[in-house]
Amino acid sequence: MGFLDIKNATKSYGTVKVLHETDISVEEGEFLVLVGPSGCGKSTLLNMIAGLEEVTSGEIAIRGNRMNEVRPADRNIAMVFQSYALYPNMNVAQNIAFGLEMHGVVKAERDKAVQGVAELLQITQLLDRKPGQLSGGQRQRVAMGRALVRDPDVFLFDEPLSNLDAKLRVDMRTEIKKLHQKLGRTIVYVTHDQIEALTLSTRIAVMFGGYVQQLGTPKEIYDNPANMFVAGFMGSPSMNLFPAKLSAADGKAFANFALAEGGTGSLAVPDPALARHDGRDIILGIRPEAITDPDGADRNSKDIHHVEARVEITEPAGSDTFVVTEFGGKEVTGRFRADVDVKPAKVQTFAVNMEKAVLFDPVTEERVV
Amino acid sequence: MALASTDTVIRTGRTSRFIIYTVLIVFCIYYLLPLYVMLVNSLKPLDEIRGGGMLSLPQEWTLAPWGSAWSTAQIGVEATGLRPYFLNSLLMVVPAVAISTMLGALNGYVLTKWRFRGDTIIFGLMLFGCFIPFQMVLIPMARMLGLMGLAGTVPGLIFVHLVYGIGFSTLYFRNYYAQFPDELVRAAMIDGAGFFRIFQRIMLPSSGPIAVVCIIWQFTNIWNDFLFGASFADFDSQPMTVALNNLVSSSTGVKEYNVHFAGAIMAALPTLLVYVVAGRFFVRGLMAGSVKG
Repeated sequence: MGFLDIKNATKSYGTVKVLHETDISVEEGEFLVLVGPSGCGKSTLLNMIAGLEEVTSGEIAIRGNRMNEVRPADRNIAMVFQSYALYPNMNVAQNIAFGLEMHGVVKAERDKAVQGVAELLQITQLLDRKPGQLSGGQRQRVAMGRALVRDPDVFLFDEPLSNLDAKLRVDMRTEIKKLHQKLGRTIVYVTHDQIEALTLSTRIAVMFGGYVQQLGTPKEIYDNPANMFVAGFMGSPSMNLFPAKLSAADGKAFANFALAEGGTGSLAVPDPALARHDGRDIILGIRPEAITDPDGADRNSKDIHHVEARVEITEPAGSDTFVVTEFGGKEVTGRFRADVDVKPAKVQTFAVNMEKAVLFDPVTEERVV
Repeated sequence: MALASTDTVIRTGRTSRFIIYTVLIVFCIYYLLPLYVMLVNSLKPLDEIRGGGMLSLPQEWTLAPWGSAWSTAQIGVEATGLRPYFLNSLLMVVPAVAISTMLGALNGYVLTKWRFRGDTIIFGLMLFGCFIPFQMVLIPMARMLGLMGLAGTVPGLIFVHLVYGIGFSTLYFRNYYAQFPDELVRAAMIDGAGFFRIFQRIMLPSSGPIAVVCIIWQFTNIWNDFLFGASFADFDSQPMTVALNNLVSSSTGVKEYNVHFAGAIMAALPTLLVYVVAGRFFVRGLMAGSVKG
């Protein structure tokens, strides 16, 4: 039993099931990120934890106490909303103090708590202003202050950064991570941004179609995606997924795929057990950083294999150059060092780190190895 | 910005400007003329009016017609002036406007933020209620007021106007609160505020503009109502509009036009006042900044 337990929870609207049986156990101090495209059920799950949506079946428990029938106000949670949801008629101090006031905290204590939180978030000079007079980043801070001041068991964040511009988003992301490290509180955080998920979380639940596709640490999710959805959703640029056929030779397994200019590429698969799957169709998943120029390949890897293929286009990105070619009829992106001389339409040697390769079944889209 | 905006303003020459202003002034005179006639003739002795020249300024200025209309003129059978009826109207309009506005706000809040099965049907029925002609409900309403023991009283009139007013005030507030972000209510729920607390602390303080619109509308309608006043009120509960009618139509002997004009202006003043005073608070953008906009 964890600190926050989601046990077999589901949510249906009429006959439409938007969240299928979900089990997640969050430990105290964990930073759990629910990530997925819109409509995947992540916000629904968050609202169920908050008590803003009823649980159709199953249970939500905090500190071992069943919460299904408990009012949001009595769950000892605090939530930061996407739109910040600051009360427009109150100034910043009143906004932050409102929750305490509703919970019957006396004025003197409220003022002290507001002052403390304002100092923590560096918004002391804004306390007398109305939300309308604040910038986006300042509103964001106030919204966080309103959550922090309650000192709740669980913090809930509903896409808190999606209304900020790109630069500010990165700054606030760091800020939230710092706050988590400093305060060590339990956080459940919803986002559609996989980079936010990877950078902030201690654990990620990748959701799609009302199911948790995979639950794990950022490294697990990134290196060992459970299926093609997770593989394609997490990481930027996303993982290359292309069809290949397994073959066996000398007790080793090879993945073979067509190349754009004709001919066949062949890569040895590290797991020799796959040799018995001779002739099986698979989807090969390789991240761009595992497809490099030969000199830029990971020196610690024992499974670097070379493929000669024609370069379609190059996309210089400053620190790296993304080189696009075609494996098995799909566009495949490799990540070359910026100073390597690569020209479109020329044949180039791609070094593929097969230690990092993952294989999926083309029908079920589940992981094979 | 300044440069761009000067470019987009429609440029008008001297002649077109002259024509525009002339037309506007003519319309102004056209609309203000009745008020002018009422005002100057309410300040004249009766002889001057009978001598013709309705449009001319008084030769002898007098406030006597105003005093007469207010406190001594013959209304129906008694020479009370309009004063007691003015009071009746106030006693009727203030509670009717206040209660219908409050209930409208509450309805709008429930219909947008605490939605329930069938809420759209309820709202639809309320809207339908707005468009039922007054004449149609006269007899059922008279029966209802009789059963409630409110026939011929000011509370009875308040009740009638309340029933009619709630439809409109609900419509106003529902549409206003529909724009109000749901997340604010959710945030308040998590902060620990209940149904009425959210209404009182979050919704109402942000409802200024729509409350003003609602109050102006209700006040004007209820103050100016004649039909319900004439149908459901007794002599001691008649509103201003009915009394004004009695003043004008029941004077025996000479028609005291100057007194009639003074009475008519008195009947119109409160609505004018509401426009002038409440209009100042009609400030847009009170909601700005609650959410990213």
